[in-house]
Amino acid sequence: MNNITPWWSSESYWKKMAIWVTAFMFIVLIGLTIDTIPQITAGSERVPAYSVINKHIGYEFNDERNIQVPVIGAEDPLFGKVLSEEEAEALVSHGKKITQGRNCMGCHTLLGNGSYFAPDLTKAWLDPGWSSEPERENLMIEFLMDPIANARSFGSDRMMPNLDISRDEAKAVIAFLKWMSSIDTNGFPYNFTVIDKES
Amino acid sequence: MNINHLNGGQKLAVKYYIVAMVLFGAQILFGLLSGMQYLYPKLLFGILDFNVTRTVHINAMIVWMLYGFIGSVYWLLEEESETEVVGLKLGTLGFWVLTSAVTVVVLVFLLVQGGPGDDFTRWFINEGREYIEAPRWADIGIVVCMLIFFYNVSATFMKGKWSGISGVLTLDLVALAGIYIAGMFYTPNISMDQYWWWWVIHLWVEATWEVLVGCLMAWGLMKVLKVDRKIVTTWLYIEVALMFGSGILGLGHHYFWIGTPEYWLTIGGFFSALEPVPLVAMVVHAVYDSGVRHMKGNNNPALAWLIAHAFGNFFGAGVWGFMHTLPQINLYTHGTQWSASHGHLAFFGAYATIIIAMIYIAVPYIRGQEGIGSNLPDGGWKWKWALGLLNMGVVGMTIALLISGYEQSFIERAVGGSTWLGYFTAQIHPWFVQGMEWRMIFGVMTAAGIVLLLWDLLTIGKEPASNQKLQTKSS
Repeated sequence: MNNITPWWSSESYWKKMAIWVTAFMFIVLIGLTIDTIPQITAGSERVPAYSVINKHIGYEFNDERNIQVPVIGAEDPLFGKVLSEEEAEALVSHGKKITQGRNCMGCHTLLGNGSYFAPDLTKAWLDPGWSSEPERENLMIEFLMDPIANARSFGSDRMMPNLDISRDEAKAVIAFLKWMSSIDTNGFPYNFTVIDKES
Repeated sequence: MNINHLNGGQKLAVKYYIVAMVLFGAQILFGLLSGMQYLYPKLLFGILDFNVTRTVHINAMIVWMLYGFIGSVYWLLEEESETEVVGLKLGTLGFWVLTSAVTVVVLVFLLVQGGPGDDFTRWFINEGREYIEAPRWADIGIVVCMLIFFYNVSATFMKGKWSGISGVLTLDLVALAGIYIAGMFYTPNISMDQYWWWWVIHLWVEATWEVLVGCLMAWGLMKVLKVDRKIVTTWLYIEVALMFGSGILGLGHHYFWIGTPEYWLTIGGFFSALEPVPLVAMVVHAVYDSGVRHMKGNNNPALAWLIAHAFGNFFGAGVWGFMHTLPQINLYTHGTQWSASHGHLAFFGAYATIIIAMIYIAVPYIRGQEGIGSNLPDGGWKWKWALGLLNMGVVGMTIALLISGYEQSFIERAVGGSTWLGYFTAQIHPWFVQGMEWRMIFGVMTAAGIVLLLWDLLTIGKEPASNQKLQTKSS
């Protein structure tokens, strides 16, 4: 037996490997990030501009991609009011700040990330639980403003606590949810049933 | 507690360890409350709602683990660098600043809980982003304290001597601190938000934290088993290469469903499937070295926890992560109790275990003993039972949550199409509820393990070992 360490198990070889592999992977990640950022900037194909809340949003099966994808349709302004791009961004941003300030992620998931104590909110705007499209906006406002009186527990004992959400705050949250439902999430959630168009 | 015989870094480490263990207790207390709220949703409803108890549960965990890591590094700093800690006074100040900040953040989480949708709330109450809920002022405080910590570590090694372990450790701390900044901004765009948020969460827990515990493992094996430095250093480099080689692009498994392009499905799936490989290397390394030395070390509890770390990291982070990391499966498991199952075993197996091992390495020094052998006056029942209860408790919770997760994937996701009705249909299904009940039982077991662990850490080695007693008697 010789006592010479072969190159493939030597300290210096693995030291170099550790440095090179780390550097290489990090550079690849930076490159992919540079490619991804424009594709997830609001106003891109995958992540629509905030003014998408002025439009009808559907979620339909796409034969080519073999998944459901958001479909942006005709004019369908939220709460009947067409907003400019700046106004829409301000409203969605206010809505998102409310979801952060009330720690919604402490119970819900958004884009599937967060906690698992309450339903996922990714496509909450499109959920069939809101009865039908004409009734949806009012039901959502009422629920957010008083989630105990208007509890949507679906046979469970779980209820959303009253988070003192005002009417204006509820509208902002709904704008954020409507905008989020337009994001192309590669088919997540799968096999989703969309709210009825007519009451 | 008399700790005047310890070196400066070790004295500071003891402070960090004490807070870490207090927060570990808090984590479990709030974990028990969260678990109970699944079974009894009216519990503390409107007082401490689930979003509060769960936020404290996961934040206490992140912070106690950081305290454990920082404490461990201060513990080994003077020995590894062969010189006194540079800027120790500043380091001690950093400890008090950080601890005060953590106390204020927790009190605000509990008492104020939330606020209006404005910038004040994000800056001073709650940022509302999972794991990094701490308001922005605290983020800045954390970064400042991390910089002080980094200054202590790098300046000490520069003044003293460098080694493979200290080199990897110092570079890893740069990455660890730098990545945290990626989460410190606001955007209304949730896709962009989560893109950078995962840089913090993933690149911490699946990359930089893993390398940090690789350093601790290397040092721990040298300390407990007297493994040759050359061997542990070579293994450490292998682990770094494999860890960053798979883990950096493994980040892609969080980019399947957040609006990011489809190529992440392939990249994320491929590289995250490789993520268990370095963890296998760690198991081989730890088991081989222990076997060669016939499991004979100078510190039995520490060795047991190091082995628990090797297996816990492999199963919790590696196997449980791999089980649902491929996009074809993740489509159904993403955001279900699968993630909770993986989270429980991974954080415990990869991080809690090694910090406990490091604290056990410190304990005999603190009490002025040589080590912890098999000749403890009480036979060491406390540390053995704590080890058993904690590991069985967490494994039990993991399996229980996995069963609920399977049920949720089938009934809510595959069949129910992830609507709110689908969600609740799965939540009230007896299979799901049973999983939650079993999780609670094993949660109580884990809590009992912690009580015993804390009791043991406070008392072990205070009485002289039994053979010394006998020797005294016979002489």
